[in-house]
Amino acid sequence: MRTASGKRPWTFYMLAAFFTLFVLFLYGPMTVIYVLSFQGPNGGLTFPMNGFSTQWFNELVQPGRSGDIAGSFRRSLLLAAIVTVLTVLICVAAGLGFRRRFRGAAVLFYLVIASLVMPGIFVGLGISLGFQLMDMQTDWLVSGLGAQLTWTLPFGLLVMFAVIGRFNRSYEEAARDLGASAWQRMREVTLPILLPGIIGVGLFGFTLSYDEFARTVLTAGSENTLPLEIWAMTTNVTSPALFAVGTVTTVISFFVIVIGLGSIALIQRRRGHNVASH
Amino acid sequence: MKISPVLSSWLQIGPMALILVVFFGLPMLVVVVVSFFDFDHMSIVPAFILDNYDDLFSSDVTLRLYLSSIKFALIVWAITLLIGFTVAYFLVFHVQSLLIKIGLFLLCSVPFWTSNIIRMISWIPFLGRNGIFNQVLIATHVTSKPLEFLLFSDFAVIVAYVHLFTLFMVVPIFNAMARIDTRLIEAAKDAGASRYAVLREIVLPLSKSGIALGTIFVVTQVMGDFFVVKVMSGGQSASVVSALSNQIQELQYPPAAASAVILVIVVMLMVAGILRVVDVRKELAS
Repeated sequence: MRTASGKRPWTFYMLAAFFTLFVLFLYGPMTVIYVLSFQGPNGGLTFPMNGFSTQWFNELVQPGRSGDIAGSFRRSLLLAAIVTVLTVLICVAAGLGFRRRFRGAAVLFYLVIASLVMPGIFVGLGISLGFQLMDMQTDWLVSGLGAQLTWTLPFGLLVMFAVIGRFNRSYEEAARDLGASAWQRMREVTLPILLPGIIGVGLFGFTLSYDEFARTVLTAGSENTLPLEIWAMTTNVTSPALFAVGTVTTVISFFVIVIGLGSIALIQRRRGHNVASH
Repeated sequence: MKISPVLSSWLQIGPMALILVVFFGLPMLVVVVVSFFDFDHMSIVPAFILDNYDDLFSSDVTLRLYLSSIKFALIVWAITLLIGFTVAYFLVFHVQSLLIKIGLFLLCSVPFWTSNIIRMISWIPFLGRNGIFNQVLIATHVTSKPLEFLLFSDFAVIVAYVHLFTLFMVVPIFNAMARIDTRLIEAAKDAGASRYAVLREIVLPLSKSGIALGTIFVVTQVMGDFFVVKVMSGGQSASVVSALSNQIQELQYPPAAASAVILVIVVMLMVAGILRVVDVRKELAS
């Protein structure tokens, strides 16, 4: 909102300052723990830095010192990968399915929303009780996987709605007029156009699963995922090793985010390029 | 071979419906059923008793827990609304370049894709007795003694909630504001409306659906939380769910289930109340 003379109003500078403070508020504390995770061997949980070392990272790799970090890390990555694949497949299919009216659409939609806003620990409680009643053991790959899907699928579906909302169906009709079969239309027209959004669904699937706590805590069974392991550390580890875990897991998250957003940006740019050159 | 549209709809929807029914619908039913069960030291005993609800309603603790949770929800709601509205307003109406707009929006959303527990823990070196905040206050002679109330207090709980949940306010309000026709604002200005009048008469009413959606997210997240309250209050405050998770740890599943049922009803009433004030679906459809 510029004034007629092109000068920015004073409110712009107020709001820009407010926004900057908000960003500092978001990132400041996180940055501090990344720095503190390189604390020297005798350093504590806060500043000043007592030297500089990677000792707290080494401690994570050694078994027994602070729980089973390495094992829980492997489990979390595998689980997140499975959740990502399932979330993408199921949400893309469901998103396309919702374009047609069908009986029960409203009921399913309410189920999705309820699953999204339900406190996670209740979902976990219900699943673990159900397993108990059926005399089954909870396990991160079965009950844990199911519990996490009740969290990632609603998010994925909402992303798909947003993506499909902007999709122009006349492309599909044009393909049909040119004689493409339903399968060809899907594979060569619809899915490529939706691809950036589908990557977005996968990004949500991975990051939400990888960091999930409330739904997993009662459903993971005897072996922990990484967030559960970190949760246990908050109560019994009072060394910068806790921050070192934070640094490592955030690096993984950032890596995944950069790959996800980067490939979306790449596709969009190539697309803009192709349109321009034709 | 041609698949009928109804069948292909169900093939596409089926997997999602199946997983949500098996891992969400049925478990919720199980919670309701178990809330009427009896229990002893080792296991839950199928029965139909109302004792779990009786105990819940006859204890003063229940009311105290709800008041505490609702207090947190209200305070966090007010702060996240103020921040979320201001940030969204800045991004939508003051940042002109689309690329910068997307960039700043992503800057706000990236932390959402990282671990909540780590983001919460990251306040500990900041707010502690010898933490950065106190070090700065003492170095600048604002206080001579470190402030004790910063960490392991209601204050710390609220800071962590605001840190974790503000994005849930920013995104829906941003979406609602982005759909406002800027010609409306131009027209109002031409007719002599002040900046404040534009905000009150145009932007605020047209952002209602976003505010309502953000409110639902923030309120349900705070009412359903237990780990922030546990860690950041240092065990001094409790919430409905933190009490419930203690019961689960003591294997008292039926009372925990009863407590869960009541909380879900309370939260649903709150959401219904919000939807009564703002018809989100009507607003979204228009």
